[in-house]
Amino acid sequence: MIVADKKPIEEIIEAVRPYGRLLILGCNECVTVCEAGGKKEVGVLASALRMYFLNQGQEKRIDEVTLERQCDHEYLEEIRDRIDNYDAVLSLACGVGVQFTAEKYLSKPVLPGVNTCFLGVTEKRGLWTERCQACGQCILAYTAGICPVSRCAKRLLNGPCGGSTKGKCEISKDVDCAWQLIVDRLKALGRLEDYEKLFSIKDWSTDRAGGPRKVVREDVQI
Amino acid sequence: MTTKTPSKLEKILASGQLAVTSEVGPPRGSNPKHLEEKANIIRNHVDAVNITDNQTSVTRLCSLAACIRLKLMGLEPVLQMVTRDRNRIALQSDILGAASFDIHNILCLSGDHQSFGDCATGQNVHDLDSMQLIQTVRRMRDEGKFLGGADIDRPPRMFVGAAANPFADPFEIRVMRLAKKVAAGVEFIQTQCIYNLDKFELWVKMARDRGLTEQVHIMAGVTPLKSAGMARYMKNRVPGMDVPDEVVKRIAGVPKEKQPEEGIAICVETIERLKTVPGVHGFHIMAIEWEEKVPEIVERAGLYPRPQV
Ligand code: SF4
Ligand code: SF4
Repeated sequence: MIVADKKPIEEIIEAVRPYGRLLILGCNECVTVCEAGGKKEVGVLASALRMYFLNQGQEKRIDEVTLERQCDHEYLEEIRDRIDNYDAVLSLACGVGVQFTAEKYLSKPVLPGVNTCFLGVTEKRGLWTERCQACGQCILAYTAGICPVSRCAKRLLNGPCGGSTKGKCEISKDVDCAWQLIVDRLKALGRLEDYEKLFSIKDWSTDRAGGPRKVVREDVQI
Repeated sequence: MTTKTPSKLEKILASGQLAVTSEVGPPRGSNPKHLEEKANIIRNHVDAVNITDNQTSVTRLCSLAACIRLKLMGLEPVLQMVTRDRNRIALQSDILGAASFDIHNILCLSGDHQSFGDCATGQNVHDLDSMQLIQTVRRMRDEGKFLGGADIDRPPRMFVGAAANPFADPFEIRVMRLAKKVAAGVEFIQTQCIYNLDKFELWVKMARDRGLTEQVHIMAGVTPLKSAGMARYMKNRVPGMDVPDEVVKRIAGVPKEKQPEEGIAICVETIERLKTVPGVHGFHIMAIEWEEKVPEIVERAGLYPRPQV
């Protein structure tokens, strides 16, 4: 899923200050799972903002809506008939949801309420970690199912580098060395000799480097 | 004895004599005076001088410019090049720049992570990794081709090196990793500073057993310790560094003012012992900001005078 983190309340306050009528728009998917932008967070943020502006003596109308998803036309349509009641939308979806909302309601300022971080997993409640950078050309088959692009601090394809120490990355004792994980897993699979295969130079054109990407599936288009 | 480039370092290694290299870190500014002074101190005692490339991710005068300066002074530079800061266009372009000044040695590295340096919030590149940079230089040199396939007018003639750290983890793939670099086309290796001699010798033995020492020249890396504090720092703070307790104890066991001397003695003894290890073909002396001691180390270790080739 896409993992996001709450923006500091001070930043949000400054962003919404100019607007009298505000819609806080949550999303029921990834940001709900990572507890950054679901219905619950929308409620908490709305109360906090109401309280703050009340204390400041500023009149503000703050409403709450949480959509099934903000990255799909059909769900975004659900607010079409009420969007004009607001001066701005504070979206707690990931950057994708924020942009799609803005694209759909061109005349409305749409502000991000979270920092979109990465594609990751819930390791345990309150701990989310990165697993993929969506490079568009997956190499997990050759790296024992562990992604060096997203999990090695230098995204080395033939690592580990000389900084790997006791299973940890040179950048921090709290970060696993991705290549230690890969080697351990190769060993467990009885495939350690695979490590010696040279990884040739990667085609990054399917990554961000190639410009905005597109997936076209004519077979499912209607 | 066949050599593939005009590199003096390659000639000495190919002749079977122990080669000696050292390194100079470029200044944090554009004044070349210090660099020239450091180079002049070591010029008669080493065969070639590595120029570090924004070492520990701290911004410095560029490695290529410093190499050119050395070359103009009549020294033989080894261009260190990290893949952290440049994509494949910039890497190939800098290789050509170096080649145009007849710089004949390159050391291919991935580089320390930028979080260690003065631009910790910067972006890193790592379009290629060190193994892929080795392949790139070899392709440019041997096939006269750019990565994109076009021909190079006057291809670089560079002796291709890389680093190896026998002390990083996991140990079991350290020799496999060397084999991988050899397969990528590396011709000489400079190792991480050696303080744990037993572990290093085990690594060389394993490399020898696989026939790797026949295919690549291994130069043992040494760094003289200046103090017990430095030994402890290296032991605890520098990732991938193995400083055994005995070494820390030994240097901490002498009075503070005698510690530099003890550090030099340890360094000389290390070289003396490793000289006899089959598969070790030379020494890379990294005397971080202590260049004035390099001549003494080289002389005391019996590596002076340097051969003329
Ligand atoms: S290789 Fe690319 S697609 Fe596969 S997990 Fe890593 S970043 Fe994601
Ligand atoms: S220590 Fe491991 S994870 Fe960290 S940069 Fe080096 S190879 Fe990558």
